[in-house]
Amino acid sequence: MAILLLAEHDNRTLSDQTARALTAAREIGSEIHVLVAGKDANAAAGEAAKLAGVSKVLLADSDALANNLAEPLAALIVSIAGGYDTIIAAATASAKNVMPRVAALLDVAQVSEIIAVVSPDTFKRPIYAGNAIQTVQTTDAKKVITVRAAAFQPSDAGGSVAIEAVQAAADPGLSSFVKDAISSSDRPELTSAKIVISGGRALGSSEKFKEVILPVAEKLGAAVGASRAAVDAGYAPNDWQVGQTGKVVAPQLYIACGISGAIQHLAGMKDSKFIVAINKDADAPIFQVADYGLVADLFDVLPEFEKAL
Amino acid sequence: MKVLVPVKRVVDFNVKIRVKPDNSGVDLANVKMAINPFDEISVEAAVRLKEAGQATEVVAVSIGPAKAEETLRSALAMGADRAILIETDDTVEPLAVAKILKCVADTEKPGLIIVGKQAIDDDSNQTGQMLAALLGWAQATFASKIELGDQKAAVTREVDGGLQTIEVKLPAVVTTDLRLNEPRYASLPNIMKAKKKPIEKRIAADLGVATAPRLKVLKTEEPATRKAGIKVTSVGELIEKLRSEAGVL
Ligand SMILES: Cc1cc2nc3c(=O)[nH]c(=O)nc-3n(C[C@H](O)[C@H](O)[C@H](O)COP(=O)(O)OP(=O)(O)OC[C@H]3O[C@@H](n4cnc5c(N)ncnc54)[C@H](O)[C@@H]3O)c2cc1C
Repeated sequence: MAILLLAEHDNRTLSDQTARALTAAREIGSEIHVLVAGKDANAAAGEAAKLAGVSKVLLADSDALANNLAEPLAALIVSIAGGYDTIIAAATASAKNVMPRVAALLDVAQVSEIIAVVSPDTFKRPIYAGNAIQTVQTTDAKKVITVRAAAFQPSDAGGSVAIEAVQAAADPGLSSFVKDAISSSDRPELTSAKIVISGGRALGSSEKFKEVILPVAEKLGAAVGASRAAVDAGYAPNDWQVGQTGKVVAPQLYIACGISGAIQHLAGMKDSKFIVAINKDADAPIFQVADYGLVADLFDVLPEFEKAL
Repeated sequence: MKVLVPVKRVVDFNVKIRVKPDNSGVDLANVKMAINPFDEISVEAAVRLKEAGQATEVVAVSIGPAKAEETLRSALAMGADRAILIETDDTVEPLAVAKILKCVADTEKPGLIIVGKQAIDDDSNQTGQMLAALLGWAQATFASKIELGDQKAAVTREVDGGLQTIEVKLPAVVTTDLRLNEPRYASLPNIMKAKKKPIEKRIAADLGVATAPRLKVLKTEEPATRKAGIKVTSVGELIEKLRSEAGVL
């Protein structure tokens, strides 16, 4: 039977994370329908229709779907779930919100954040902040799965399939959207950037964070991340948090500045291809995972690094 | 309004766990256990609502082994009024936990259930959403701010692009994120007082809920390890290595 892939998008563009989840879906089966649920999301649906390996795009358009509210989105997915034996999505904030609701409504388990497909019903997933990897087999008739996007390459564009309209389900009317405070920047997305530079508690203030980290990010075309400590202290916004309970990234290059390397932070970046650590404590655990470590005061070396690039 | 707060006994966040050599699971013998940090945030949120006069009673509930009583005592020491322990030594997956919690909610009739967004052992991030689904209630996940109104709550949520504020009808399920609050330390007198607070105990199997696991764990392995690289002594050397050795600049 077919696979339903829930798209992550902002109505205009499709997230790279969906192209990565598609790669996981293609290892599970071959008939893949991408569901684009939103408001005026034709452009995002158009992008989904071009991805290699997609059989069909379903576009659901309604005001209730404009802001990813869990209840109407789950109702929509459940209304079409009969035609699918696998429902899958990249583990983004909105999929983490809605997919377990779908699973419970279907009375099936969810397999969270898979990092490998062993066979169509068997998957690997990290537990304990990535300190153990479980191989689990589902026994349910339907599988609900979220995918750790950083563990899969994005599928390329290549196809061109039809976009079919589907009816939004009745909105249960339990919640309503009030407002968004979405940060906008010209920098690449944290989860798809080739280079990520992150700052920790050592930065000391949001001013210093901006002054020292951002110019380097600018020069490198890098996305900016942060440790939990830096976010908690207000030096960086919440959507920059990398780690077990934040975003998981696996760029070509990850530069950790003034970050000690707690297991919760490592959980979000230790699959990066190359890791650079800049820390003034030679014994900081971050050096145990770094390819290149520089024991130094970041306030001295980052401006120098920026100039030398 | 009554607030229900589920709490889970997990391995302390400071412990680096070990996988058993035969790949049959994680070695939990003699490992320090604690209340799941997100559940601590939930308890704090509930107790603050009570202190602000917006909640009348805070009930903590845990599903797990007899020792989960310690976890409930921590919640009571933080200010929960009473607790419920649903005992089981089996693995209970998030769906089963949600079903048991639904049973508890059906009798307790809370106006709000505050659930941690994720347990730091299985990292599933499912229970609150599943519970909301089973109850047919609204859900507001990953909360960094909760403002109660008349029969409704405005909740600010941590999402991938920043923050989103939604309004949910009550009763609802809210799941907590790190920035919601900083949990208090229980004072010694409150720890003593907590020892006298009531804990109702029930056996999970008596609830009539199907809790058999839906996932078969075939094996549990160590992750691939990274080996430490080298220390460079200057910015110049770092850039040179990144260019010529790593080829990433
Ligand atoms: C439930 C839970 C979930 C968590 N989730 C996450 C998560 O998702 N992501 C995450 O990051 N953390 C998470 N944490 C927190 C984690 O345990 C650590 O507390 C946190 O990562 C520490 O952040 P830090 O490295 O910035 O701060 P610290 O540990 O305080 O480290 C600061 C480092 O900066 C160095 N330093 C200081 N000054 C300078 C200078 N001038 N130049 C160079 N180096 C300097 C110090 O030597 C030190 O190593 C979580 C914790 C819990 C309990």
